[in-house]
Amino acid sequence: MADLWANYIVPGLWILLQVLVVVVPLLIAVAYFTWFERKVMAAMHLRMGPNVVGPWGLLQPFADAVKMFVKETILPTSANKIVFLIAPVLTFVLALVAWAVIPFGEGLVVSDINVGILYLFAISSLGVYGIIMAGWASNSRYAFLGALRSAAQMVSYEVSIGFVMITVLMVVGSLNLSDIVMAQQKVWFVIPLLPMAVVFFISALAETNRVPFDLPEAESELVAGYQVEYSAMTFGLLFMGENANLILMSGLTVILFLGGWLPPLDIAPFTWIPGPIWFLSKIVVMLFVFIWIRATFPRYRYDQLMRLGWKVFLPLSMFWVVLTGGVLIAFDLVP
Amino acid sequence: MSVITRAIRTVFLLELLRGMSMTFRYLFRKRQTINYPFEKGPLSPRFRGEHALRRYPNGEERCIACKLCEAVCPAQAIVIESEPREDGSRRTTRYDIDMTKCIYCGLCEEACPVDAIVEGPNFEFATETREELYYNKDKLLANGDRWEAEIAANLKADAKYR
Amino acid sequence: MIIQTIAFYVFAAFVVGSAFMVISARNPVHSVLFLILAFFNSAGLFVLLGAEFLAMILVIVYVGAVAVLFLFVVMMLDINFVRLREGFLQYLPIGASVGLLLLVEMILVVGVLATSPDTVAVAAAPTPDITVVSNTEALGALLYTKYVYLFQSAGLILLVAMIGAIVLAHRVRPGVRKQSISAQVSRTRAEGVELKKVKTGDGI
Repeated sequence: MADLWANYIVPGLWILLQVLVVVVPLLIAVAYFTWFERKVMAAMHLRMGPNVVGPWGLLQPFADAVKMFVKETILPTSANKIVFLIAPVLTFVLALVAWAVIPFGEGLVVSDINVGILYLFAISSLGVYGIIMAGWASNSRYAFLGALRSAAQMVSYEVSIGFVMITVLMVVGSLNLSDIVMAQQKVWFVIPLLPMAVVFFISALAETNRVPFDLPEAESELVAGYQVEYSAMTFGLLFMGENANLILMSGLTVILFLGGWLPPLDIAPFTWIPGPIWFLSKIVVMLFVFIWIRATFPRYRYDQLMRLGWKVFLPLSMFWVVLTGGVLIAFDLVP
Repeated sequence: MSVITRAIRTVFLLELLRGMSMTFRYLFRKRQTINYPFEKGPLSPRFRGEHALRRYPNGEERCIACKLCEAVCPAQAIVIESEPREDGSRRTTRYDIDMTKCIYCGLCEEACPVDAIVEGPNFEFATETREELYYNKDKLLANGDRWEAEIAANLKADAKYR
Repeated sequence: MIIQTIAFYVFAAFVVGSAFMVISARNPVHSVLFLILAFFNSAGLFVLLGAEFLAMILVIVYVGAVAVLFLFVVMMLDINFVRLREGFLQYLPIGASVGLLLLVEMILVVGVLATSPDTVAVAAAPTPDITVVSNTEALGALLYTKYVYLFQSAGLILLVAMIGAIVLAHRVRPGVRKQSISAQVSRTRAEGVELKKVKTGDGI
């Protein structure tokens, strides 16, 4: 009995605690991301943004959450009910499980697996299923069109994201995310691999269906794309999953190119601030850039989106894989 | 523009960066919107809002039931019935305005020979039911009593242009 | 080890169950979704074997790319599946013989393993122990040294297949006007605008 206690229950509770420590702040961050987005967008539009619920509207996310919980969940009569309900849950769960391998600081990671980046890539490639299932199960034209667009878009941009990851992997020589961060101690990868960082960032925009690649949920033509038929908490789950993915993509950009939890310079005033704070503040900066782009650019046309993905980013990232490999071999830098 | 500068602009996404610098500058500009329920924009003295029936300073109602407003109303929102009062003066027994029909053209105000029916400065009279928007004489007179100060000031301000 | 055993049976049960549902589900989209579930659980089995690289590749390639395209096709096609099912049984002899062949092969494999356990050691010999080298490195070392020609020729075959598919599906349509973005972007005001003095009443 004591054996059972020591071998299974204590580690189980420990893991549960770790999961809660990551997930609860993440959900709060997702809620406050909506507030941040609305405030920044409003400022760039010379508006106020939410300012009634609480000081500076700080309690707005909670008001929204209460609204989501209280409203009625509507199941369309012609929808495929089971798939319809699985889709938001899947989107949400996938957005959360990806955080298991994100290192917040040196050793501060729930699961330090040695194929961390492949795991993230696999999870993000599963994300498309939530959207396809939502669109198909709604049995609505708008939702279906949105889902098709989204699926094609995500599959296309995953290819270039994959190549960018390969470039980084070649420089680091490891699939482990902590190793990737530690390899940037001398210089962040954004400097030697700047074109790849830009390609990665733009592909991340497309991958998370953000402006200017928000065709799947283009308000003006598809109403809300695959989310059309969702209401209340089912919509809430889709929405939170999407935002958690966005934060994940910012985190991934920070880990791959902006040195993760490392300070910008390894000297006194920077090293006083602990790693996780650096990591989180870099994520906030990335999120700001996401919002900034949303406030600036109009939506892409769909054929231009596909052209950019397949005819510009794919050859460019393949070329950089070869170039990076060549440089590594030529100057004997292979790790 | 030479090919080289054009290539540089494309490769380094300079045009996109320029657009982004524009929005970034706007981030620090003064907000253009007012905080509506707490702050309100200025209204012209000619503003045509919620209707009101006015009284003379001695408390006598102005309306003499001439029915010019009923006749001129393009939306036919006004219904008036009249009878002589005990003292022999012509007065309305019924003065209804259907605010759901009203198009706020202000012709009733123009037609009125005694400045009795006016459109006041109030525009925040949304209700939860349609019935509440079928105004009767009591409601209109109550409006007149409530907004008399503002209405009188507006009429005075606008008088020299009439 | 109890947890791993439980996990194995859970994953295995899900693989078998969802594989059965793939062929028995009435709705083809459900079939594909069950197929994805099967892939996913087999990835779980790979993880239990200590082959996390293969597990992730399985999820990325099969679930993330191939099955998405399956799902795409199945969702878009408007096939009358009732008519397709007519005469279903006439394929029974072929199906049964293929199944029987697979069964025999499986029995042979398991039988060999049961009778002479050393074959496992021979098969696993090229890869060093998991504790020494991570399986990503082990796979890479094997694929790019011992099996490099096989690996490259497999890649070549896939490339040829891809080009072949494009050649077969591509058709040149005459008279299609295409947008040339570089031409549009490189247009200047001087090329696009011409100012003319027009005399009143003359027109251009």
